[in-house]
Amino acid sequence: MKAPAFTFLRPASLDEALAALAAGEGEARILAGGQSLLPMLNLRMAAAETLIDIGGLTELGEIAEADGRVRIGARVTHAALEDGVGGDRWNGMLVFVARDIAYRAVRNRGTIGGSLCHADPAADWPVAMMALGATMQIAGPDGRRELDSEAFSLDVFSCALEEGEMLTAVSLPRLSPAARWSYRKMRKKAGAFGEAIAAVVHDPESGLVRVVAGSSPLGGPARHADLEASIAAGAPVEDAAIRRSLAAREPDLDRYEMQIHATCLRRAITEVMR
Amino acid sequence: MSQANDRPATATGVGAALPRREDARFLHGRGRYIADLELPRMLDVAFLRSPLAHAAIRGVEKPEGAQDRVFTAADMAGLVAIRPTTNVPGHRIVGTPPIADERVRFVGEIIAACVADSRAAAEDLVELVMADLDELPVVASVDAALSPDAPLVHESWGSNLSMETRFESGIEEAIAAASVRVTRTLDMARQAMVPLEGKGVVAHWDAVVGQLVVYSSTQSPHLIRNGLCHCLGLQQRQVRVVAPDVGGGFGYKAILHPEEIIVAWLALRLKRPVRWLEDRFEHLTAGASAREHRYEVTAHADAHGRILGIDAVLTTDAGAYSIWPHTNGFDAVQASGILTGPYDIRGYRVHTRTVATNKPPLSPYRAVARPGACFAIETIVDAVARAVGRDPADVRLDNLVGPAAMPYKAVTGKEYDSGDYPACLRRAREMMQEVEADPLPDTVIGTGYAMYTEHTAVSTATIAPLGVQMMPGFEHAGMLMQPDGSLEIRVGVQSHGQGMETTLAQIATEVLGIDPERVTVRHGDTALSPYSTGTYASRAIVMTGGAVAAAADALAERLKRVAGHMMQCGAAEVRLVGGELRGPTGSLSLEEAAHIWHFRPFDLPEAILRDGLELTAGYRPDGDRAPFAYAAHAARVAVDLELGVVTLLDYVAVDDCGTRVNPTIVDGQVLGGVAQGIGTGLFEEVPFDDQGQPLATTFGDYSVPAASEIPMIRLDHRETRSPYTRFGVKGVGEGGAIAPPAAVVNAINDALAGIGAELCAVPATPRRVLEAIFAARDRHGAAQEDAR
Repeated sequence: MKAPAFTFLRPASLDEALAALAAGEGEARILAGGQSLLPMLNLRMAAAETLIDIGGLTELGEIAEADGRVRIGARVTHAALEDGVGGDRWNGMLVFVARDIAYRAVRNRGTIGGSLCHADPAADWPVAMMALGATMQIAGPDGRRELDSEAFSLDVFSCALEEGEMLTAVSLPRLSPAARWSYRKMRKKAGAFGEAIAAVVHDPESGLVRVVAGSSPLGGPARHADLEASIAAGAPVEDAAIRRSLAAREPDLDRYEMQIHATCLRRAITEVMR
Repeated sequence: MSQANDRPATATGVGAALPRREDARFLHGRGRYIADLELPRMLDVAFLRSPLAHAAIRGVEKPEGAQDRVFTAADMAGLVAIRPTTNVPGHRIVGTPPIADERVRFVGEIIAACVADSRAAAEDLVELVMADLDELPVVASVDAALSPDAPLVHESWGSNLSMETRFESGIEEAIAAASVRVTRTLDMARQAMVPLEGKGVVAHWDAVVGQLVVYSSTQSPHLIRNGLCHCLGLQQRQVRVVAPDVGGGFGYKAILHPEEIIVAWLALRLKRPVRWLEDRFEHLTAGASAREHRYEVTAHADAHGRILGIDAVLTTDAGAYSIWPHTNGFDAVQASGILTGPYDIRGYRVHTRTVATNKPPLSPYRAVARPGACFAIETIVDAVARAVGRDPADVRLDNLVGPAAMPYKAVTGKEYDSGDYPACLRRAREMMQEVEADPLPDTVIGTGYAMYTEHTAVSTATIAPLGVQMMPGFEHAGMLMQPDGSLEIRVGVQSHGQGMETTLAQIATEVLGIDPERVTVRHGDTALSPYSTGTYASRAIVMTGGAVAAAADALAERLKRVAGHMMQCGAAEVRLVGGELRGPTGSLSLEEAAHIWHFRPFDLPEAILRDGLELTAGYRPDGDRAPFAYAAHAARVAVDLELGVVTLLDYVAVDDCGTRVNPTIVDGQVLGGVAQGIGTGLFEEVPFDDQGQPLATTFGDYSVPAASEIPMIRLDHRETRSPYTRFGVKGVGEGGAIAPPAAVVNAINDALAGIGAELCAVPATPRRVLEAIFAARDRHGAAQEDAR
């Protein structure tokens, strides 16, 4: 399969990119690493009259720390995070997550921002970012705004970006040395999308407690507040409680799906509370 | 390990582990595949393929202004449909149409061909072609196809049963004598073959020679030429088929494809070069054509697990049409002929049903049907062992055909020529026990064994009852000694990963003593080589290897006559040793003999001159009998009982392919086959929904094992020479792929035995493993309920 013809632009600045996006009137798409968009264009499952390649926007490729939060530019690649470029402030969690995204060839080009905007319900970064309490930095025709992960993640293959807007960076708090995390992904083989993903983070210093599960059957990532409350209280989390929490969120999980999601969550919670 | 060779290996002849001569170009990216061919004014083709599994075509509307770039069945009315032949009584057979006319019968069937200057532009054109389709009811499984009021794939048949065979021998006696009966239903899913290089065709009319030249990524250039001549109404001399480098075939490229016919037709019609390159989406939909079998098997055994009889119904999901030439019945015939495996089982009854469904036509995939048959018999052997409370490997040892019984005539009528099956299994068990498994958290470890015996290099006699239009039991080789004494070998088989440019040169070296660096092997081109049915059925090293040796023998005789004349002795007194023609008083090198014939004709008598140093010779194994290769495989797995994930920890394969012409290449063949078999066992599947829609259409959904999924496979070999073949070789190209599904599932079932669960289907995906566990829990729960 080959993509239909499109116009290719490579702006040199964010303003230029936003102007091109506005000029596209909804028919222009941002091209980051192209690891999802290009196959979809080739399969003719997605269409674009214009592709705006953001590979030239240096600002979007940077990792910087300010005011206790770390800003990761939207076009930072999975490979850069796997390699710990910019330093590890999450006790190894980002390195761990990045290392198991697809294959190195994909990670060399695929970007964190592209993954978050593409919003594949089985993708890793949406789950991991929600578990770390990340916020999304957005630029658009009306200026800049910021959304937390829960508000950014709308639905399957759908995020909160409005027409003409683009993601410029994610901002996330660093974890204290005492923080514990667990990331459990069940997949058919190395490099495959997760069939079930569970991420649990507990930072006793900052008070951050997150329990996030995501997958296609779950329709993407979401927090499990009831389980977070148990962890915060130091109360044991029973398998039945995990299953109730999953069933409340998605009543249509079949027995297999319930089993793998509950197992990933239980193992992640156990690892963090150990 | 075993030493059955009566002849020491030389450094470069048969038995030498020469590095593959092909590697220099393959490993440096200098191979030349279909997609590397550039011809002036070449057009690309894209196909409009059916989005429905069953529909009536009411009409196809070409886009305005593109009438001369879009072609449908109406335009191709002159094409003659190909009809596979069969001798099986009652076999109803419809060949795959080159292009759909009034009906489409599977998703991906071709409705129109669109040409443009690029593939992207051709695909743009496809989007503008409007096919008016009336949806018809679909049968997407054998259960649906065999249900009482099933919709019919071919209305004139009156049912969806294409072919039925029955065989019975000694089963009633076995049933009467047996005290243990074990019954299982075993399923092997539908797969795609996913060669690294997809299918591809480039065709153009060569006005100079008056030939249609078809470059095709095929295993069988002459067979393709036969098919094209039939369909296009051309004489054989008017068509040349060339297979350049072919990046894997696995059977997918041993058959005539509709795209080959259409591209050839377009090249004739448009008088321009035309190209089609299969993409992965096309392959995983229209090419999802392999393996789908169901076995309902009962083993009748005594209390020690000695199996007395096997009673089986084999149902294959053969898809909508029959491939050419092998027919849609090939899987059923192959599987039913080998279902009793390497065991001494004297009672056998089998009923095969080849069933039409609205899916792509079933095609022969590496080891055709044997992985299914092996999966069935080997899981049943384990089930028998569990039923009698014995170790599965011990039960195997008690049932295997012993070395003293060779040659052994199986109940199926097949003759197993040679080997020591029990020693092979003992070696595999010993190797498995040498290594301890590292436990993984949250998992249970299991070990499983599987064996097979494989009818390699299928004989003509074997295939004669089927009436298939091919002649497998014979090959020719051309041999041309050049003026400088270097050698060109020309063969009609096509090397697409077998390393034949190396091994066939080694065979010439073995006979002639020529330096392999002075030998070229030409293959894959009907213009160059003698007739051949191609590379399939683990036959090339047996048949073509034998033909190369026969041609080398004949060439040696001619060289001896030259040398004898020059040395004033009889040809019979000349011996060819290490590339030297030695007479009683002197010697001549090959180069000198070649030089004399080409440049000093005045020194030679007419009879020697007349015969020359170029010849063709043929070969068939003694008595048209086939060598049986065999192996014992062992797998160790870790099963996560909560997630259903299976991790392969260790894998052992001990095989016997007789004399190994090149041990390194044999290792490569076995390793590659095992990796593909692991794919069948654990990962690969194109599921279809009940409307016949394929559900794995990209590599995102179709899981092929990669490096992370394949453990370090440990190999060992036995070498029992076949009594029927030159050098005692047996075929080895397919065998590796046969046993892994059975070995892996037996290992999983060993791990699950503690909780009473058992898996009876492949691939062993996490869902299938967990469902087997759920079923065991539910049974256990119900039993506890009953006990209260």
